[in-house]
Amino acid sequence: MAMATDVPKNGFRLSMLVYDTRYRSYTIQLVVLVLFAMAVAWLLNNTVQNLEARGKEFNFGFLWQRAGYDIGQQLIPYNNDDNHFRALLVGLANTLVVAFWGCIFATVLGVIIGVLRLSKNWLVGRLMTVYVEIFRNVPLLLWILLTYVILSEITPAPNAFRLTDEMIAAGTAPAAEMMFFDSVAVTNRGTNIPAPLFERGLGSVDLGFMTLNLTFLAIVAVIAGSVYVNRRILASARATQEATGDRPVTWWKSILVLFAPVLLLFVMLGFHLEVPTLKGFNFSGGILVAHPFTAMVIALSLYTAAFIAEIVRAGIQAISRGQSEAAFALGLRPGRTMNLIILPQALRVIIPPLISQYLNLTKNTSLGIAVSYLDLRGTLGGITLNQTGRELECMLLMMLIYLSISLSISALMNMYNNSVQLKAR
Amino acid sequence: MDHHFARTEMLPPQAPPITERGAVKWLRENLFSTPFNIALTLFGVATIYYLISSSLPWWLNSVWNASSLSECRAIVEASAGEGATGACWAMIREWWGAFIFGFYPPDQWWRPILAFGFLFAALAPVLFAGQAGNLTKVLGAVGLFLLLTLYLSAAPATVFILAILLVGGMLALAQLRPGQLLLFTALYPALCFWLLWGGSIWSPIVAMAGFGVLYAVFRFASPFIGLSPAAGAGVLAAVLWWLYLDVPVVGALQSILPFGLQAINSDQFGGFLLAIVIGVTGISFSLPIGILLALGRQSDMLIVKTLSVGFIEFIRGVPLITLLFTASLLLQYFLPPGTNFDIILRVIILVTFFAAAYLAEVIRGGLAALPRGQYEAADALGLDYWRAQRLIILPQALKISIPAIVSTFIGLFKDTTLVAFVGLMDPLKGVTQIVRADINWKGIYWEPYIFVGAIFFLICFGMSRYSMYLEKKLKTDHR
Repeated sequence: MAMATDVPKNGFRLSMLVYDTRYRSYTIQLVVLVLFAMAVAWLLNNTVQNLEARGKEFNFGFLWQRAGYDIGQQLIPYNNDDNHFRALLVGLANTLVVAFWGCIFATVLGVIIGVLRLSKNWLVGRLMTVYVEIFRNVPLLLWILLTYVILSEITPAPNAFRLTDEMIAAGTAPAAEMMFFDSVAVTNRGTNIPAPLFERGLGSVDLGFMTLNLTFLAIVAVIAGSVYVNRRILASARATQEATGDRPVTWWKSILVLFAPVLLLFVMLGFHLEVPTLKGFNFSGGILVAHPFTAMVIALSLYTAAFIAEIVRAGIQAISRGQSEAAFALGLRPGRTMNLIILPQALRVIIPPLISQYLNLTKNTSLGIAVSYLDLRGTLGGITLNQTGRELECMLLMMLIYLSISLSISALMNMYNNSVQLKAR
Repeated sequence: MDHHFARTEMLPPQAPPITERGAVKWLRENLFSTPFNIALTLFGVATIYYLISSSLPWWLNSVWNASSLSECRAIVEASAGEGATGACWAMIREWWGAFIFGFYPPDQWWRPILAFGFLFAALAPVLFAGQAGNLTKVLGAVGLFLLLTLYLSAAPATVFILAILLVGGMLALAQLRPGQLLLFTALYPALCFWLLWGGSIWSPIVAMAGFGVLYAVFRFASPFIGLSPAAGAGVLAAVLWWLYLDVPVVGALQSILPFGLQAINSDQFGGFLLAIVIGVTGISFSLPIGILLALGRQSDMLIVKTLSVGFIEFIRGVPLITLLFTASLLLQYFLPPGTNFDIILRVIILVTFFAAAYLAEVIRGGLAALPRGQYEAADALGLDYWRAQRLIILPQALKISIPAIVSTFIGLFKDTTLVAFVGLMDPLKGVTQIVRADINWKGIYWEPYIFVGAIFFLICFGMSRYSMYLEKKLKTDHR
């Protein structure tokens, strides 16, 4: 009869490092660690040798030299006398602003398309499928290039908007017309949109490295306050509902709280729109949005929307039919079923892949180089790199910045994700 | 006596009312069920009408024969009247060589064609393992494709005959022993490399011999020192072979038996040839690396796990463009002074790493989705780690992650267009820019983008449909 015997106590032999499963993992880890350290040492050694051979040294001092180049779109003040670091910041801001608007438009469009794809309407469902398939299976670069080419080559010159006295007399219209009640003009030089202006603005404070716009701050503060008060109203309504079973009507209070203070502030500050007008050979007044920016936002959001639509569709389909049937059985109407039953559950499925789509979009902004959009990749990894010849430092810095953007987006979204996840005990 | 009446035969079923059958019912249910649905339908119809009415004349007035854009426009205006617009596909006619092959010399076009045709012959045994019928179909299609394209590209007669013999031999093998075809798959990388870049025939053969050295050392040493040390020794021997013996052996063989093809430089590659070379190599090498990374991330060994996580998170956190720039600008810093290797190879390496990191996450999802019982059952059977992975875990995990793996591949293939930013001539930016800068075709934009986009669409859409087929074929659960 076989008996379980104790592990023989003859001491440790060297061969056990390879043949004994208890020790083998240590051996493997040691080998991996040594190999890794050797590889790193080899790379570093090569780098040091190469830098020496080229007479270069590794430091970031070049960031404080004069940049000497212009950047078309700048969210923070910059001129070509500023240093490379400032140019980097301008580029970073340009990257972030494209990513921000891209994410917003892509989400809105993606959710609409995803829901429409599920609609019972055969025609619309097919149309949305075609949209998704076309945008998913063609490179993003094509959409960026095509949008840019269309914007800058098909659109009319500012001259085409001119309405001369002879044309009025002859009763002919100019070759091109402005859109949206004569407020937006798309020309081959850029898109002119109305600028929000404040007659009695609060001015701004110079903090040395950047200026703080007090008007903007005041608006943000008021909106934040309204949102906070609105949440309090909803919370008290919920408390009442749980105590008495009746939910007080809150929609008019919410609307009042959310919109009235901001409107009041706008009136007090003397808000008005400055509409672009044709003067001389070009439009003046308003804001000129450069085509690279527009092309990036349009292409990125159209492309990412196709992916988001698929995510939304999969998320909604993942909720079993029984859930909506149960909701209907309880007497809930379709709208409330969607809001109270389906969406909260679908969000759990939707959010993780949605995060990675936002990350992808942010990383894809680096394609702006194709249309000469000066984002981080264009300033730090483009002109600065070429001017100073510091490939190693620039690339390292750029990768670090992209990495920290990615990691912070995913950390933020994971926090949100954790808050909507099912709380299992 | 009571009289009652009972019908003894069934009435023939009546047709449903007109609104409940046929097209009317379908329309009512699918297009006009609610006011909102009616609005959606009208919106859809309006969209389609707008798209068709604005583009149909342009398509109908296409011009295929012209030598410049202005000539195209003149032809359109002459045939369709003043102010009419039309597509000018004559541009494609003139430039298709650049779109497909870049600056590859036209008299050598048969080489990429052959490599492309054999690609499917090499893939077939993997994609349709053991299905003789499908294998025959694919090989037959490859044969027809090669016959046609080699004839069109005016390939030399010897090439023609050799290609037919090779495909014929494989067809015969597919009938007799389909399993043996995998041998061709294993040899294909060397063959493809040699066909595309040319040069001495001995360099790919000697490089492949390195794997032979690995296997020989492994087989010889394993009875004496055990499996894993023998594998280590094999790898070491192969690396030594590649580092120190490769070049002299090639030189010696070349001086004895000089045989080779005209060498083609990497900067002559371009168009879809470049995209497919980078895409296919990246795809085939990233899958095994991705699997290893995923296993590393799931591993209990702290160091292995940390390194895998670090690599995956780093690669996924930066845009592909920065990695491509690393390939073109920084690799010269990291390698020993004086090393200078091919830019396409450098790009392929970085693209492979990039795809591998994404694949690792996808496969990790598949591994995590497996019920714990599967792992426990593998342990209970007494399987060691690699056997358990190979026989139980990975087949199931990979099956779960097929759709996501294929989307990663599609993404990788689309991303090959980004190599334009490191100076390679991809079909989208590289070639199209050259075409649009040509004085004859200045101002053309729809046609090249539509052409390139359509080819990308066909390839990527094909891949996604194949993944759906595979998913359905491998579906073993009963739901």
